[in-house]
Amino acid sequence: MSMRTTLALATLRRHPARTMLAVLGIAVAAALLLDMVMLATGMSESFRSLLLTRGYQLRVSPKGTLPFDSEATIDGATAIVQALRANPDIKAVSPSLGTTLALPGQTFPSVFTLGLESDVQGDYVLEAGRDMPVTGDSLSPTAPLPAVVSKSFLVRSGRQLGDTLTVAAGIDAQLRTTARSRLVVLSGEGRFFYVPAETPVMALPLRDVRTLLGAAYRDRMSLAMAESRRGDSVSVEAVRAWIAASQPRVTAISTETAIRQVEERLSYFRQLAFVLGAISLGIGFLLVATLVTLSVNERRGEIAVLRAIGTQKGGVLRQVFLEGLLLSSAGIAGGLLLGIVTARWLNGILRDFPGLPAAFDFFLWSPEAAWKSLALLLISGTLAGLLPAWRAASIPIVRSLREDAVG
Amino acid sequence: MADVFSEAVIRCEQVHRRYTMGDADVHAVRGIDLEIARGEFAAITGPSGCGKSTLLHLLGAIDAPSSGRVFVNGRDTAQLDDAEATAFRLRHIGFVFQRFYLMPTLSAQENVELPLAEAGLGKTARRARASELLGYVGLGDRRGHRPTQLSGGEQQRVAIARALANEPALLLADEPTGELDAATGEKLLALFGQLNRDGTTLVFVTHDSVVANTARRVIRLLDGRVATDVRQASA
Repeated sequence: MSMRTTLALATLRRHPARTMLAVLGIAVAAALLLDMVMLATGMSESFRSLLLTRGYQLRVSPKGTLPFDSEATIDGATAIVQALRANPDIKAVSPSLGTTLALPGQTFPSVFTLGLESDVQGDYVLEAGRDMPVTGDSLSPTAPLPAVVSKSFLVRSGRQLGDTLTVAAGIDAQLRTTARSRLVVLSGEGRFFYVPAETPVMALPLRDVRTLLGAAYRDRMSLAMAESRRGDSVSVEAVRAWIAASQPRVTAISTETAIRQVEERLSYFRQLAFVLGAISLGIGFLLVATLVTLSVNERRGEIAVLRAIGTQKGGVLRQVFLEGLLLSSAGIAGGLLLGIVTARWLNGILRDFPGLPAAFDFFLWSPEAAWKSLALLLISGTLAGLLPAWRAASIPIVRSLREDAVG
Repeated sequence: MADVFSEAVIRCEQVHRRYTMGDADVHAVRGIDLEIARGEFAAITGPSGCGKSTLLHLLGAIDAPSSGRVFVNGRDTAQLDDAEATAFRLRHIGFVFQRFYLMPTLSAQENVELPLAEAGLGKTARRARASELLGYVGLGDRRGHRPTQLSGGEQQRVAIARALANEPALLLADEPTGELDAATGEKLLALFGQLNRDGTTLVFVTHDSVVANTARRVIRLLDGRVATDVRQASA
């Protein structure tokens, strides 16, 4: 360790409580800045990764609606899906039909159900048990239908994987009858991306959901997700334009467009994050500047002696500058830790808000954004040390010694 | 035996120093002519405000004369810019102050190493040199102690070791016994005598005539001028 570093560290140790408080202050400012950056980028990035979880860049919904924005469905779904699948630029298409099915005799009366094709579905990931049969698998019409359910379904119903229960559609509330019902076996537990974690949800084969809902739903879907064979935005946009032109009854929206729309809605969040981030930068700057200035003012006599015994102005400048740098670095290291811990804590709280997709995060760790923001704080803290460093280097030796002797 | 006093380490030619303090114009040094030879042990004394500390600052190249010239080790210090004067002090002048001015958070050893590090000495070399100097001033066993763990006399000895670090041609001390009790002050002056006998040119400022009389030459200032300049047969 160089003599200058030894002296800088020794100076900071001179008033341990004061130094500790300043480091804590910088750490809090750094944590706030980091959290603001994580919040500003986190929501849109989280939304992006949520939409791209299974690689589908396009959502096809009933004309004039957003995906699952209404209960509207698209008729003639088979023809649309076939047309999309026939396009060589489209790699995969996943149709889905959302509905609510009754649960006769269960602790809660109904469950949100997704009719999906398990081999192309992009709505959940299986976490335990067995998946639904793939499209085309023959299944006896009387055999229990394999269903994948969310954890909250199992918790709220008190059921376990392997249990069977009846689902029904076509409810007549007055007569307390259902038009159609089917025995299902809870074959697997899935984590559903787009459904709030606290919402019980069940996935069944699309074909069987249509059958349960009756003739009116025989050829309907709520939504189809499509994956462009080439993932670049130009190719995705070309596919989107082709769908829009060839399928007049649907609205096709790309992930990028959806993100843009979300970002527009979240813009005030980013502005708030920017303002709070700027404030935390200012706080960091002022803390370092104040502490180092205070330290220099206290040591005018000592600094004058250092100059008298042969320390160059540049040496004093580097010495004091190093003190500011060490202070900032210690605060930033602490802030990094504090920022990650508080972000996780806040994320846990915010994710529990009802109605949010299970896979949605508010604070997303982005190394690049984090390093950039912390580097900004380090630069700010370092610059804050420059003014007192320059003042220390300019201390008049004789006058300071005379004043110190009198003082 | 060669005349050790033949070469002047300090030569002042009609040195004046004026400065302002508040609204007052202070003419602290008024035309001093002075020569101090290599190996001398001189005390500058006089009443408070006579200009002795100002003269010491001029001799130490931490201040420049308003007029006249100050030569130290043959260099006209007024001609040096700040960086040159600082480098000159590092190599040629050692300072001891009344209030010791040790870095309180560094050990005795590290305090002595400071000017050695400034001079660019490597870690091993400066450790060895600092140990040697602390041994010389009688603090070989107190190397790891911080100033707060040392007595006033010990702190001043560390300051002397620090001043001697780069083997200066001249050691300047400003009221070196000012903050010490009489017994400790006597021991310190004995150390100064030893330093001088070992070849160090030593000039110290004191307002105490008894302390001044321990030097072999006593220069008494009055109103910024040399009033008397007496060489004593034995100190």
